[in-house]
Amino acid sequence: MSHDFTKLFELIVSASLINNFVFTRFLGLCIFFGVSKKMETAVGMSITFISVMMISAAVSWVIFNLVLVPLEITFLQIIVFIGVIAGLVQLSDTIMRKVSPGLYYKLGIYLALISTNCIILAVPLINAEEKYTFIQSLAFGLGSGLGFALALIIMASIREKLELADVPAPFKGLPMAFVITGLIALAFTGFSGLITL
Amino acid sequence: MSSHSTVSLKDQILNGIIKENTIFKLALSLCPSIAVTNNLKNGVFMGGAVLFVQVMVNMTISLMRNVIHPKVRLPIFMLVISGWVTVTQMLMAAFAPDVYAKVGLYIALIVAFASILARAEMFASKNRLMPSMADGLGMGIGFLFALTTISFFRELVGKGSLWGYPIIDTKPVLLLILPAGGFFAVGILMAGFNWINARAAAKAAAKAKAALAAH
Repeated sequence: MSHDFTKLFELIVSASLINNFVFTRFLGLCIFFGVSKKMETAVGMSITFISVMMISAAVSWVIFNLVLVPLEITFLQIIVFIGVIAGLVQLSDTIMRKVSPGLYYKLGIYLALISTNCIILAVPLINAEEKYTFIQSLAFGLGSGLGFALALIIMASIREKLELADVPAPFKGLPMAFVITGLIALAFTGFSGLITL
Repeated sequence: MSSHSTVSLKDQILNGIIKENTIFKLALSLCPSIAVTNNLKNGVFMGGAVLFVQVMVNMTISLMRNVIHPKVRLPIFMLVISGWVTVTQMLMAAFAPDVYAKVGLYIALIVAFASILARAEMFASKNRLMPSMADGLGMGIGFLFALTTISFFRELVGKGSLWGYPIIDTKPVLLLILPAGGFFAVGILMAGFNWINARAAAKAAAKAKAALAAH
């Protein structure tokens, strides 16, 4: 039991730090560059992402292993996962609007953006490929979400300072953001070898 | 009519390559531009896959545009896109297994490309077959062009080779083929494009001013 727990912990650490979605797998970059301009939006986005990633990891694991695998139609996984995620997002949108309108007004816009986001789709795809168990899939979703949140928050705090910096004209805006991300990614390579799975 | 339509088709293709270049101008679909561009071969194959999906999706949507009910159009677009992505994935796994082993995950994630859905929604669902095809071709070639440029730059400087064949004999800048180097490469190339554009604009402005003064 304790061995299992260590394994899960390792999975979370490796998904969030060593194989960080943004810095080593390069996923979710559009959103990463899009919403990391302000701290407030970055935090809101992070919360939404972590919850949607975990729920979609769970639901798509159930569908993949109980429906697609027995029927031997795993090649349809992309279509099914996209459908699951779009449905989930629509559902949580509706529920949130009814249950807590305040939260909805804060996070609603991000929810709509999420349904066609590559990192949300990547979680079930990687889970299916690595043949994780249900609990492991959940842990992977949580770890990836935490890693993405960490990346967003680091980037947002740097970009708020960057507003005041004197950047050479051709590098203004996006190019500079890329160079900074490169520097952070370089720092994150230091985590590799932290845990050998 | 025919001459008019060929001009506009050409313009449409050029629009996707230069004016609305997905990566350098719109900064969309960035994930593969860094993930798979550490060598030229992967970059070209990935760009080719996107080109194929974009053209096929635009064609399909354009042919189906009169049957799709506007209320359910987005789910249908997603279905069409994921269908064609699955086709691409299978083709690649069958004919280029060595590349597929490296870029497989990113091929699957073409589904989530904002650019493909955007072209289907903004262009193909409102236009006839030929213009939609030209639009898809232009956007796809623009993407292929961006990926080729980035991976060309990264493999040449980072490894001193192209398509796996050694070209330069000196010690390469290893940083560029490291994961982090991808961000640097894209940042530098983007800045380069900005610089060229700014210079061209300044030149045009100076020319206009000179012409005005000569008057």
